[in-house]
Amino acid sequence: MRPETEAELARIVSDARGPLAIRGGGTRCAALGTGEVLSTGGLGGIKLYEPGALTLVVRAGTPLAEVQIALEAEAQSLPFEPMDHRGLLGTQGTPTIGGMVAANVSGPRRIAVGACRDFLLGVRFVDGTGRVLKNGGRVMKNVTGYDLTRLMAGSHGTLGVITEVSLKVLPAPRASLTLALGGLEDVRAVAALSAALGSPYEVSGAAHDAVAAMTRIRVEGFEASTVYRAERLQALLAEFGVWQVIEDDAQIWRDVRDVAALRGGGDVWRVSARPTEGPALAARVPDADAIYDWGGGLIWMRVPEGTDLRGALGPFGGHATLVRAAAQTRARLGVFQPGAPPVAALEAGLRARFDPRGIFNPGLMARRAGAA
Amino acid sequence: MEMPTPDAAIVASKAQIVARLRAVLPGDAVICDAAETRAYECDALAAYRCAPLAVVLPRSTAEVSAALRVCHEMGVPVVPRGAGTSLAGGSLPTADCVLLGVARMTDVIETDYASRIIRVGAGRTNLSVTGAVEEHGFFYAPDPSSQLACAIAGNIAMNSGGAHCLKYGVTTNNLLGVTMVQMDGTVTEIGGAYLDAGGLDLLGLICGSEGQLGVVTEATLRILPKPEGARPMLIGYDSSEVAGACVSDIIKAGVLPVAIEFMDRPCIRATEAFAHAGYPDCEALLIVEVEGSPAEIDAQLDIIEAIARRHDPVELRQSASPEESARIWLGRKSAFGAMGQLGDYMCLDGTIPVSQLPFVLRRIGELSEEFGLKVGNVFHAGDGNMHPLILYDANTPGQQELCEDLGAEILKLCVEVGGCLTGEHGVGIEKRDLMAVQYAPEDLEIQMAVKDVFDPGWLLNPAKVFPLGSSAARRMAAE
Repeated sequence: MRPETEAELARIVSDARGPLAIRGGGTRCAALGTGEVLSTGGLGGIKLYEPGALTLVVRAGTPLAEVQIALEAEAQSLPFEPMDHRGLLGTQGTPTIGGMVAANVSGPRRIAVGACRDFLLGVRFVDGTGRVLKNGGRVMKNVTGYDLTRLMAGSHGTLGVITEVSLKVLPAPRASLTLALGGLEDVRAVAALSAALGSPYEVSGAAHDAVAAMTRIRVEGFEASTVYRAERLQALLAEFGVWQVIEDDAQIWRDVRDVAALRGGGDVWRVSARPTEGPALAARVPDADAIYDWGGGLIWMRVPEGTDLRGALGPFGGHATLVRAAAQTRARLGVFQPGAPPVAALEAGLRARFDPRGIFNPGLMARRAGAA
Repeated sequence: MEMPTPDAAIVASKAQIVARLRAVLPGDAVICDAAETRAYECDALAAYRCAPLAVVLPRSTAEVSAALRVCHEMGVPVVPRGAGTSLAGGSLPTADCVLLGVARMTDVIETDYASRIIRVGAGRTNLSVTGAVEEHGFFYAPDPSSQLACAIAGNIAMNSGGAHCLKYGVTTNNLLGVTMVQMDGTVTEIGGAYLDAGGLDLLGLICGSEGQLGVVTEATLRILPKPEGARPMLIGYDSSEVAGACVSDIIKAGVLPVAIEFMDRPCIRATEAFAHAGYPDCEALLIVEVEGSPAEIDAQLDIIEAIARRHDPVELRQSASPEESARIWLGRKSAFGAMGQLGDYMCLDGTIPVSQLPFVLRRIGELSEEFGLKVGNVFHAGDGNMHPLILYDANTPGQQELCEDLGAEILKLCVEVGGCLTGEHGVGIEKRDLMAVQYAPEDLEIQMAVKDVFDPGWLLNPAKVFPLGSSAARRMAAE
């Protein structure tokens, strides 16, 4: 089903008799495959874009690429650098704004500026009973009532079907430089990233590819600034080695963003952890390839198919999400790490209010007894 | 502002309630003497006062949990309080409530500079979070103007902002984890020393929920390395339209100042009379601050100056020294005090799309004349968060009501042009009954359904945020 209007979408939801698999562009493999597909792809178009106010209001089904073209014309961008999952997951299709928000998709610059959820100003969505609801608005500061806007970001279509979002945008960086150094082992690499991120030089990318033993640090801004900061960082990080400065670095960070190093076979997990604990966590998993982003706090791990990574990690401060695996592995291990009982109880309570019939992407974020 | 009638049965059970609380808390953690509870009768919305039934001042999460469990069992409403600096009446007590203050939980529990986090007791003041890390070159970014006094607990409850959030964001963008106690005493850990807590974004939901979903006792916060330096420039214009256009052009040029502050003529004049900062007597004044190394600052200020000159300013000066910077900020920082010299004032907090600035300022001027009350405007122009200050005389009968009516008109105007009622102060009791202007009944209903999940008995801060009429059925059912 591919409604063309919000009202039509609301009617489909209220008339639904069984589970629905909510889909934007279908590039991120959200739903577990149960239910009839409900696509937001028909709800397209930029509704409002005010470059001088840094605000954008856009319908959920709008292709991300269309938004990026409009922003580029004004030298602005989505600052959180949303990842494109197609390479990693081997999916086709067109990433949409709604899918990006529903999955709270961010990239390397998240470490400096915040995640997708941090740039979300407002949402419109259809809840599980077919009601059209809104929260937030299109202004940069808004504490009027509860923040359901952030709740909808990263809810993966399980609380409501997002139909429209307002986003804060920022000027695109005018220039960029990357420092690169090979041969560091993981603990040293994360120490270097920590030192860079603890400096005043506004590092906007801090990644370590443990497979290639390549550590990279990015600075962005006006050209003179990037040159100055790169020099300072080279001096600050001299104890780690001689850092090479790379000018043409766009593809490097696209590859970090899209985790290009882990394309191909094997299961892929995404672990969020305290940055300094990243290397020790990765070391708990035998046969894992690790790619660190966010200064070590985001670890992408490739493991042999069917590996229970959460089991291998044991308890830790953070969480592990299964991003790429066969359907039966996803079903067996669960895509998302279950929360502690009080958190799980609150989440179940919220689901019961937003989607009382349990028809949106059932079982994706939490298994629940008696779900449709 | 109307408050629900206190529950007579609860008021009558005061002795039993206090005895139960004393049984689970240390002796000095429970206050019930009328002379002492009066100290908690209001927050910074001082026009409204009501002493609580009792006050509890726990020192740990376990004590908070024990106190809440007692209140939950006895059906007693609880009003949480950080430092009591809410401008919206967020921690205004009712006569039948136990006021729960977190001010004794001020410890630094952990700092990890390599991972750039700090964990603190929620009663710790905003500025002393920075105080705990600045020796290592770090700071905590959200900087509400009450930062010397306000507590992190209140910052989380209201999702507080500040002057520098154009670059650094507000509380929700800098909060990584909390320990929260639910009304039934359940202790819940959400998030931690890592980015993007797992599962649903409960952290985002709790931040800004005005103490209605749980009592936050500890928080993990993001700390950032201090910039090498910062310097402002001051730009004066003969019209607010032109100043607004200048703000928009600066943003479009790709410079991201850390703050863009705006003052209008009434505010400039009051400030000059009070602080003598040397501001020009003009219609609109901008203070734009940028950060970086000395050379980076010069480069950015030059870009801004070139843009500003295209709009024909009546005055323009770049700060070249810490003394000049302090002088430029002096007036802005004393603006509220200066307005206070002129009489009582009410501070509003609506946000508007930046493009609507000139129109909204003009309309506020017209409304000010209609109501016969002076309004000064001083606000964060970069993000459209306005702070109109309405001057009135609290001792003249009817003036406070007139002032509140004018405030309501201005906030409705903010919503009409695509903005919102409150950008950083919160709804509290102050804007509670205006919520229907911004939200349709079903939009409020789903928010109240969220409270049902966290606090099914509607005991936590129940008479705030939602119009009393909308929340009545739930509050009654709970009794």
